[in-house]
Amino acid sequence: MSNFPFADYITGAIFCLAVGTTLGGALIAALSTRIIRGVCGLMICCIGLAGLYWFLHSPFLALMEILIYVGAVCVTIVFGVMLSETDEPAQEKQRSFAALWGLGAVLVGLGVFFAVSRLSLGGPWKVPAAFANDGSVQAIGLALLTTYSLAFELISLVLLVAILGALVIARSGRTKE
Amino acid sequence: MMKFLTIEPVRVLLYLVGIIAFTAANAAYLVLAERKGAGRIQRRPGPNEAGWAGILQPVADGIKLLAKQVMVPPGTDSLLFRAAPLMVMAPPLLCLAVIPFGDTIVACNLNIGLLFVFSFGSINVMALMLGGWASRNKFAIISSARVVSQNVAYEIPMLLVVITMLMVTGTMNLGEIVRQQAGGFWHWNLLKVWVNPFMPVTFIIFFICMLAETNRAPFDMAEAESELVAGAFTEYGGMGFGVFFMAEYANIVVGCSLATILFLGGWQSPIGVLSGGWFGAAWFLVKLYALIFTVIWIRWTFPRTQFYSLLNLSWKILIPVSLVTLLLTGVMMKIL
Repeated sequence: MSNFPFADYITGAIFCLAVGTTLGGALIAALSTRIIRGVCGLMICCIGLAGLYWFLHSPFLALMEILIYVGAVCVTIVFGVMLSETDEPAQEKQRSFAALWGLGAVLVGLGVFFAVSRLSLGGPWKVPAAFANDGSVQAIGLALLTTYSLAFELISLVLLVAILGALVIARSGRTKE
Repeated sequence: MMKFLTIEPVRVLLYLVGIIAFTAANAAYLVLAERKGAGRIQRRPGPNEAGWAGILQPVADGIKLLAKQVMVPPGTDSLLFRAAPLMVMAPPLLCLAVIPFGDTIVACNLNIGLLFVFSFGSINVMALMLGGWASRNKFAIISSARVVSQNVAYEIPMLLVVITMLMVTGTMNLGEIVRQQAGGFWHWNLLKVWVNPFMPVTFIIFFICMLAETNRAPFDMAEAESELVAGAFTEYGGMGFGVFFMAEYANIVVGCSLATILFLGGWQSPIGVLSGGWFGAAWFLVKLYALIFTVIWIRWTFPRTQFYSLLNLSWKILIPVSLVTLLLTGVMMKIL
């Protein structure tokens, strides 16, 4: 691969594309007033993130990002929007103390930004010697059931609670007719 | 010169060009095959004016579609309206990059090729739905809502079947899955009844889910012509509509390729003769087109189902059966 002319530049360009897609998608998601465009931004952002994971030698994680966030989460959000939203841009409602709320948002945003920057710039970065695993089915299965079994079980518990919650809400809506 | 062609990036680029050409040719000529098949089944000749036996019909259709203006009706969300055809066409092209057509004929031999196909295949729903939503048309929005509930319902048995296959094969590399099925048709995953007596049932579940995921009849609730005009594509004209149509056939090609690889032994010869190299690719294409013909045949033989029976089929029959096969495979693998 390295003997191909401009290989480094091409790799760099693809990396910039992934970063740009992530940032652009995030900006669309945050700035658009129509919720459906916001979801599209989220989707673009997730695809860019998947590209970044791919660059970090985690193709399994990258594909899971697309399968779950684009294929499931975004679709569910859009479905929810479709059933409820009229897709008119939101009415400009002047909130009391609007400036104060804005200031609070800016402060929180800046705080998070500086905290994350400080962590990522100042923290010690361990460079892994090789890939964590080869991404094969066996390696992933072993990792999920040994090293990360607690996290795996916790996530399944969270999902169970979510399903039960959805059932409770749906049921109560049905009986109160 | 030959050396230049085998450098990795150049090779991948050439493969991508080939895949795009393959997809476009398939989309064009599968439409003709579909119309010819429909004609045959309905006892009429089908398109037979353009060229010999209608062989130039796709070219004529293509020119007509390209020459039409792509209208963006007022009141639509014009950005999403234009973006949806792009999003619907890209995923099947990406999926074909990891499909092995022969022992060495694969653009990108990924270790997790199976997951790759499924993750990009899931974008298709989103694109159809956005197209329908951006059209701001009652028919299109009803169609979008149907697409989502149908795809969510059929994604579950499909993935359960794929998990069963993963347990049997132990790898997500599509080439490796085919290599395990070498040595005659009784070694194909379809007939591996000693691993799981329900293996043929698994294949049927996979095929039904594939039909539903690609929105083909009898599950074509998304573009039920007699009730929803053209479903999600009602407002699209010209090549905008053409791209949706091409994507449908590209998705059928991807789905049938996957069924061939997972169950019918991919490029392996059924009786052990004429195997390897280009013969392998020929066997793959024979199996692929046999499945595609079955898809066309089913479309013109069965009427469209009702929407609730479509959902009942998935939630009450396919999901329980596929869970049982999953469990049975696990138990049999542990015991044997």
